[in-house]
Amino acid sequence: MRPNRKQRLNPMDRRKFLTTAGLAAAGLTAACKEGKPVAEKELPSELGAKVSAYGERSKYDTAKRLVPELKRPEIGSTTTPLADTEGIITPAPLHFERHHAGVPEIDPAKHTLLIHGLVDRPTVYTIDELKRLPSESHIYFVECSGNSGREWKAPGAGDVQKGFGMASCSEWTGVPVRLLLEEAGLQKGSKWMLAEGADACKLFRSLPLEKVLKDGLVAYAQNGEAIRPSQGYPVRLIVPGYEGNTNIKWLRQLKVVDQPYMAKDETSKYTDLMPDGKARQFTFEMDAKSVITHPSGGRKLADPGFYEIRGLAWTGRGRIEKVEVSMDGGVTWKAAQLQEPRLAMAFTRFRMPWKWDGREVQIMSRAVDESGYVQPSREALTEARGLNSNYHFNGIKAWRIGADGEVHSV
Amino acid sequence: MGRCTVFKSAVLLVLAAGLAMAQSPKYKMGKPATAGDIAQRDHFVSPSGQGLPAGKGTAAEGRAVYDRRCASCHGSEGQGKEEAALVGGQGTLATPKPLKTVGSYWPYSTILFDYINRAMPFDNPGLLNYDQVYAVSALILHWNGIIGEHDVMDASTLAKVNMPNRDGFVADDRPDTGKGTKKPKPTAK
Repeated sequence: MRPNRKQRLNPMDRRKFLTTAGLAAAGLTAACKEGKPVAEKELPSELGAKVSAYGERSKYDTAKRLVPELKRPEIGSTTTPLADTEGIITPAPLHFERHHAGVPEIDPAKHTLLIHGLVDRPTVYTIDELKRLPSESHIYFVECSGNSGREWKAPGAGDVQKGFGMASCSEWTGVPVRLLLEEAGLQKGSKWMLAEGADACKLFRSLPLEKVLKDGLVAYAQNGEAIRPSQGYPVRLIVPGYEGNTNIKWLRQLKVVDQPYMAKDETSKYTDLMPDGKARQFTFEMDAKSVITHPSGGRKLADPGFYEIRGLAWTGRGRIEKVEVSMDGGVTWKAAQLQEPRLAMAFTRFRMPWKWDGREVQIMSRAVDESGYVQPSREALTEARGLNSNYHFNGIKAWRIGADGEVHSV
Repeated sequence: MGRCTVFKSAVLLVLAAGLAMAQSPKYKMGKPATAGDIAQRDHFVSPSGQGLPAGKGTAAEGRAVYDRRCASCHGSEGQGKEEAALVGGQGTLATPKPLKTVGSYWPYSTILFDYINRAMPFDNPGLLNYDQVYAVSALILHWNGIIGEHDVMDASTLAKVNMPNRDGFVADDRPDTGKGTKKPKPTAK
């Protein structure tokens, strides 16, 4: 049963509104023109907007990617406003970007995917042909291994977007790499796969064949629609749990080979320098990580009372097993509620009810994945790797809520 | 023993047949790629030099190309400007301020050729011909003290260049932190 219009406005609000309205004589006159109660005018009485071909969000919703000042905006990144997202899916227009030579404009009717190398039947697929093949959909996060990279040298990213926003999660639909390579017929000696994009720098990476045969996906759709140009339209590679750079966008060829080809982005970049001067190479998997997105840096709690602590956790090694939250600087930890289903290599949303008493408090989260890996502290990471490894920072992040309600990075 | 070997062979035969069956095309989608399709797109260069095209160049020859196409971003002597330094940094990798350049960090000369060929100059990749790519590669290697000014770089000499940081990379040995209190269990798949 729908309450009638009068019942929907509680008496307190009605009194307040009547007082305010009384001061606005013109408004009152207009409202009373037809002798209806003034309060009713708070409800829509005009026709809304017309139907539209492609939905726009409300003009009052302004969450957006952070676009930094760049001397060359074609090589750069934008970050997802994770503190403004709920659940586990990142809207496609808010998925972070990292481009190395701009976003190419590709006509799908002219784009093809070449599969060759150590295969019996080198093949060229059009996008339409790829779409005719059996498809799969999976929810996977993609995280740049440079995400949170500034924390190595200068801890204290002011907010979630700046410190963690190069991670996003989508439903991806496409053809398993395994299907395409089996159609082509793998030859003896095939061990690695080179994947190359159609951007101006023709970015490529070498990937272990075993991994891409297990769960690699040649994806053409994201969250139910065509992948956006900034995410690799018309087709990209998804390598679940592996660092973002390996998820080649604008995919134009897969070449099966016997060894890694030592691409610029797997030697000079995306390698992790250790204190002894040696660098770890092919550090593909993203380690378990979590962050509290609400409340988080840069935001302000209005007043003491109920809040739901919300955050995201993910791991490149399967499912998130547990997320713990500490309200006392890491002395004691309590398990948060995890949103189900928990999916492998996808964001996992965690939640915990909380009553803020108005006093200063430090909050932090710690993820544990199904391999038993526990998200480490920044100290543990820097002790193991020094300060120069740039990539794969996954340390515990703490926020300090002041007595004034303002939330700052610790 | 003999029977066991026969049995093993039979099993292997069945396995091989299974593998072959799995490898036969099921959907027959797509078109066979022609040699031309592959040649047009396949510019990969392996660390041993497989895929390097015909052409040659020396550091001396590379200077003019570098001045015209590279210096504005990478500096007049490869010292870096708006973009990364290409020269120097040897001996800095284990210090608080490591300088990663072609000379101090890159493990293979082949990828220098490959990267210039596929991605440089930044605003006009593909502009340089193969002789020019060999020559600019030679110049950067020469500035780093790795080859002589008149050493010819081509499909046979480039891959043989001994890069100073050739052995500077190690396998991923994570997890190195966060092993935690819980015993790992196998990933459910």
